[in-house]
Amino acid sequence: MEQLNNKISTSKLFIIAGLLLMAMGMLFGLTGAFQYIVTGFIKEYLSFEKIRPLHVSSVVFWIILGAMGGVLIYLQQYTGKKIFSPLLLKIQFGIFIISIAAILISYCAGIFGGREYWEFHPLLALPIAAGWILFIINFVKSIGSFKNQPVYVWMWLTGIFFFLFTFLESYLWLFPYFRNNVINDMTIQWKSYGSMVGAWNMLIYGSSLFLMEKISGNKKYAHAPIAFLLYFTGLFNLMFNWGHHIYTLPTYPFVKHISYAVSMTELFILGRIILLWRSTVSTARKNKNNTAYRFLMAADIWIFLTLLLAIAMSIPAINVYTHGTHITVAHTMGATIGINSFLLLAIAYDILHDTCIPINQNIKWLNRGYLTANISLLLFWVSLIIAGILKAKWQMNDAKIPFSTMMNQLKPFFILFFISGITMATGFFLILYSLMSNQIKCYFKILFQNRRQKQSQIPRLFALE
Amino acid sequence: MPAKRQKLIILIVLLMAFLSNSFYLYTNLPLKYSASKKDADSGKLIWQKYNCNACHQVYGLGGYLGPDLTNVYSLKGKDYIQAFIQTGTGAMPEFHLSKKETKAILAFLKDIDESGKADPKTFTLKNDGTIEQ
Repeated sequence: MEQLNNKISTSKLFIIAGLLLMAMGMLFGLTGAFQYIVTGFIKEYLSFEKIRPLHVSSVVFWIILGAMGGVLIYLQQYTGKKIFSPLLLKIQFGIFIISIAAILISYCAGIFGGREYWEFHPLLALPIAAGWILFIINFVKSIGSFKNQPVYVWMWLTGIFFFLFTFLESYLWLFPYFRNNVINDMTIQWKSYGSMVGAWNMLIYGSSLFLMEKISGNKKYAHAPIAFLLYFTGLFNLMFNWGHHIYTLPTYPFVKHISYAVSMTELFILGRIILLWRSTVSTARKNKNNTAYRFLMAADIWIFLTLLLAIAMSIPAINVYTHGTHITVAHTMGATIGINSFLLLAIAYDILHDTCIPINQNIKWLNRGYLTANISLLLFWVSLIIAGILKAKWQMNDAKIPFSTMMNQLKPFFILFFISGITMATGFFLILYSLMSNQIKCYFKILFQNRRQKQSQIPRLFALE
Repeated sequence: MPAKRQKLIILIVLLMAFLSNSFYLYTNLPLKYSASKKDADSGKLIWQKYNCNACHQVYGLGGYLGPDLTNVYSLKGKDYIQAFIQTGTGAMPEFHLSKKETKAILAFLKDIDESGKADPKTFTLKNDGTIEQ
């Protein structure tokens, strides 16, 4: 097995690079948020059309690299074997890092050409797809048999294949047949994007289940009928609930009706969370000193809040009010920060805490960061919801004031959003510092030890001569 | 544990439904292909080249810093849009678009405008939670 503790393995590098991208994403996000308050801030150098993709791509690649890193490490722990090809893994990592760097540099230079969320030039999508294919090869070859696998392996496989499918589908616009009309173009665009989010969620949720199994020691759950029932509910939603993004688009009504009906199956997940609330709280009490578990617990609360909002927004008659407002942003932030990032941090902690330098030295800072990030995220989320409600009111008003006046009226909430963004980023930086500093210290400790060993061997060699 | 076969059947049924739905949509797009939209098509590529979607929305999808532009063509008119493109605003940079690019962007916005209405006030809400456009 690839050494997972002291050595910084390639699989670990995916997590570390992801954490660095998360830090960058937060800095770009704060700059963008500040541009909502001070209009035209550094417009000459980094105007909003550059800052937004810099923020979004950094965060999306944090999620993707973090998800890949988690799957790669847990896969080796699950099989108890080395990854099929460490060389392919290194190439895959190299491809992703070079592509991500090229994407971020191209944004700074004002070179775009893609669509929302993948704004980079379509040529840069080629290495991303190639890197993903290498990931598939390594995963499939490492897992070996598909018989009798636990639910998290099903989730990893689903996520891996659906990500590639939806990523390629999101580039169908390159053919004039698909992009010739805005309705066709946006229908296919949101079909792919909606399912793509479901695909990376499968990777992250699969790894979280593996982690839960490690913490609890209960290996039965991953084979239980309820686990598969939840998996199939998730898969059903991944495949068919994407239409809720385009309720207001004059596309096929059946797309919207299917999405509305399918989204309501999420009520089953919501009901289960409520039903199991008491046992979740008692388990949380038992594991209150387990840092990885605490991250999972935070994600659990955010799943509940985000799901409530998501289900409400999936009702077309409510969506008409929330669509195009900051309520949608609140939902996205709840999902990417509250759920994805906390789950990935739980995975990152589990993977990174065990080095030659004990993480205990930093645990105080990590706990402070955890608390700060969670409280700030709640304020951040609420400020967006209030701004969204006010924008919805403006959208529905017959005697509309100009857009710029409405935006000025929302400024107090943008200020709250920005300030809570700063404190939230501070909280996350404390977490990242705690996770990364012992990695760096351990790396140098081993490096110096190896050097000392080499130096002490030199006189002996001379003596032998 | 559900029987292996049951799990496989559910997976196959879902996959078949997903692929059939995808195939149906690809081959029967909501609107028919029209070869006469050259300017609008290049306008879309220019829209992407300058990443207009970072600030502006179309049918409520996109950025939040600027207004939704779905029906700006019929609401504000060609000259109004042209003036904004040429001079920029406090938040919007001046993109120095060529005449050809400006013409293409205008054609693209006109095409979007003709595709439907994005104003949520125009939707009818039904008792079952669905909407009618």
